[in-house]
Amino acid sequence: MLKTFSLGGVHPAENKFSAGQKIEILPVPEQVSVPIAQHIGAPSEPVVNKGDEVKVGQLIAKSTGFVSANIHSPVSGKVFKIDEVLDASGYKRKAIIIKTEGDEWDESIDRSEDLVTEITATPEEIVKKVGEAGIVGLGGATFPAHVKLSVPPGKKCEVLILNGVECEPYLTADHQLMMEKGDEMMVGTQILMKALKVDKAIIGIENNKPDAIKHMKDLASKYEGISIQPLKVQYPQGGEKQLIDACIQRQIPSGKLPIEVGAVVQNVGTTVAVYEAIQKNKPLFERVVTVTGKSVSKPSNFMTRVGTPLNQLIEAAGGLPEDTGKVIGGGPMMGKALSSTEVPITKGSSGVLIMPDKIAKRPKMEACIRCSKCVTVCPMGLSPYLLSTVSDKAIWDRAEEEKIMDCIECGSCSYTCPAGRPLLDYIRLGKGNVGRIMRSRTK
Amino acid sequence: MNRLTVSPSPHVHSGDSVKKNMYGVIIALVPALAASLYYFGLGAAIVTITAVLSCVFFEWAIQKFLLKTEATIMDGSAALTGLLLAFNMPSNLPIWIIIIGSLVAIGIGKMSFGGLGNNPFNPALVGRIFLLISFPVQMTLWPKPIASQAHYLDAETGATPLSIMKEGLANGESVSSLMNHVDMPSIRELFFGLSGGSAGEVAAAALLIGLIFMLIRKIITWHIPVAVIGSIAVFTGILNLVSPEQFAGPLFHLLTGGVMLGAIFMATDYVSSPMANKGMIIYGIGIGVITVVIRVFGAYPEGVSFAILIMNGFVPLIDKYVKPKRFGEVAKPAKA
Repeated sequence: MLKTFSLGGVHPAENKFSAGQKIEILPVPEQVSVPIAQHIGAPSEPVVNKGDEVKVGQLIAKSTGFVSANIHSPVSGKVFKIDEVLDASGYKRKAIIIKTEGDEWDESIDRSEDLVTEITATPEEIVKKVGEAGIVGLGGATFPAHVKLSVPPGKKCEVLILNGVECEPYLTADHQLMMEKGDEMMVGTQILMKALKVDKAIIGIENNKPDAIKHMKDLASKYEGISIQPLKVQYPQGGEKQLIDACIQRQIPSGKLPIEVGAVVQNVGTTVAVYEAIQKNKPLFERVVTVTGKSVSKPSNFMTRVGTPLNQLIEAAGGLPEDTGKVIGGGPMMGKALSSTEVPITKGSSGVLIMPDKIAKRPKMEACIRCSKCVTVCPMGLSPYLLSTVSDKAIWDRAEEEKIMDCIECGSCSYTCPAGRPLLDYIRLGKGNVGRIMRSRTK
Repeated sequence: MNRLTVSPSPHVHSGDSVKKNMYGVIIALVPALAASLYYFGLGAAIVTITAVLSCVFFEWAIQKFLLKTEATIMDGSAALTGLLLAFNMPSNLPIWIIIIGSLVAIGIGKMSFGGLGNNPFNPALVGRIFLLISFPVQMTLWPKPIASQAHYLDAETGATPLSIMKEGLANGESVSSLMNHVDMPSIRELFFGLSGGSAGEVAAAALLIGLIFMLIRKIITWHIPVAVIGSIAVFTGILNLVSPEQFAGPLFHLLTGGVMLGAIFMATDYVSSPMANKGMIIYGIGIGVITVVIRVFGAYPEGVSFAILIMNGFVPLIDKYVKPKRFGEVAKPAKA
């Protein structure tokens, strides 16, 4: 029996059109806009000024706290200006705009392809270096990686879990990375294990990627303590809580972090970034982005510099199709619909999904028939029908009592609802309000 | 440049709809419909057509003329109520009574509460119970299967197995002698529907095919049917073990009256049943226990409809106190 998480889950059509497409290196763009808020936590503080010359990999914005991240220049050239730019959030936010000149990398970066397996850095050095390199969770959550590696006093990490699930339909970036950067991933895993002082790592991969499971198993046999856990395909298995449950059958209690059950989770892409930071001295300024969609003529996986405008990726994948209705940053279940194709790629951009007008339309909303399908699919064991109703009626204390804050916003309820009710829209509204009330209480 | 749609996630939908679920249940009822047409022929056809048409008509008329809202009769829910109501009536019921029953089911049972999704009680059962209390004679004349194929109002009638049992036991006869009664069908005949009763309730086999269909299509989950059938089996099993000559066995109880129809199609009505799995089981057990109490100790030979309506009334309470199993609520032991 393949393992999976214990509650709920749905099976959206996978549509992995770009699966097996080799990672293509996208040409360096003429101009990049690098937002200073690309991660969860405090925005970074620019350390360059208009007119400054920068090299690839040079620090251009500094982390402003523990939960924050450094940002490095993805190109070489001149800082054109620091201005407000429309980003994936839909708001204009501060970004550093750089005009590219050549492609000159910082001398300290090792650009060779050689695999460096010997890990000389101490655990403390690893954590510090991961922080300096500006590494954040590349699965899409963009949580600063060094924070997760700093195990709080009194807690002990027992196992490192790597997320190779990629449960979002359409996306294939992590899959392709596992196929092409498997060795780097293994060394990266060893580095993370050293930093966390654990001797066990599990890489969770859904069994719709049999080639990746086989490849990773072959590689893992050469390294100590790393095992591959094939998982039954089920959305949202890539959710941190669900993945831990699936891999080691432990459930994180409400409101707690993975370390509570002795686990730390990192994305496989993040692991490669960690390898590059520690062994090659390369900070995070590029990533693999899937560009895909039913009408896209050339679904692809691109190695893309951060700050590249989306439309360059779309052009490289064959251009924006005639019937485009929606452009989504990320996957179809949790991604964000974008209002413009000018927005820049950030550290958290796992994919660009282009959806035809027809599919992008929401179903007509009807009355709730109490079929309880939303309850059945909720991976957190909540009652979405109730949460959406109490949110609609602004009964915040009831929403809190019904654990609205446990919702991981996976969208399984809205996806399933036969009456086409936008349950998650209401629940988000409720979460926003309940969260605000809870914060004001602790003040 | 195309105009881009911006809306919150998720950006895809399963394609499931209210319509698909309603028509799914109707398809699941086809084997039982075929069985009722086979056993009760003309009468079953007239009752079914009248009930379905009048339910759909009343829903349309109420929405159009009274509520002045958009008509939603195409979602299949009114047709389903009509079909279930027909299955709960004898096949020789006069048309005018069927129409009254449909009006009560749709008008009072469903639309007066606000239509689909808001009715606390199963509309078809509201209609049936109204008729049972208002027209007790007509509602308890049961045409004989096969023999009444070509008849409607003039069908030859007989007692149902449950009423033979109830009256016999009241007259001091024993279960074993009643099971050999000349009018009592064998267990095998009961399974395939060769007995008197409501048009759609007799053939357990046909109803079970419908259950399997609905489970495969994920229209319903197993919780309610299993809880109802299981609790009736256990309760009557215990009674039967205590005093075999005084109480009929579980198989007899499961295959007679509306247990199968009730457990599979009536109790599982989305709107009037609980939301959490645990709640569904409590609700199902409640229906089972009340059914047996009415059958064994009450005045009526049959109690499934009353049991479901009573438990419908408890659903808000069950939903308030019985929550689904939450993630991380009970930490599982580590299997490292």
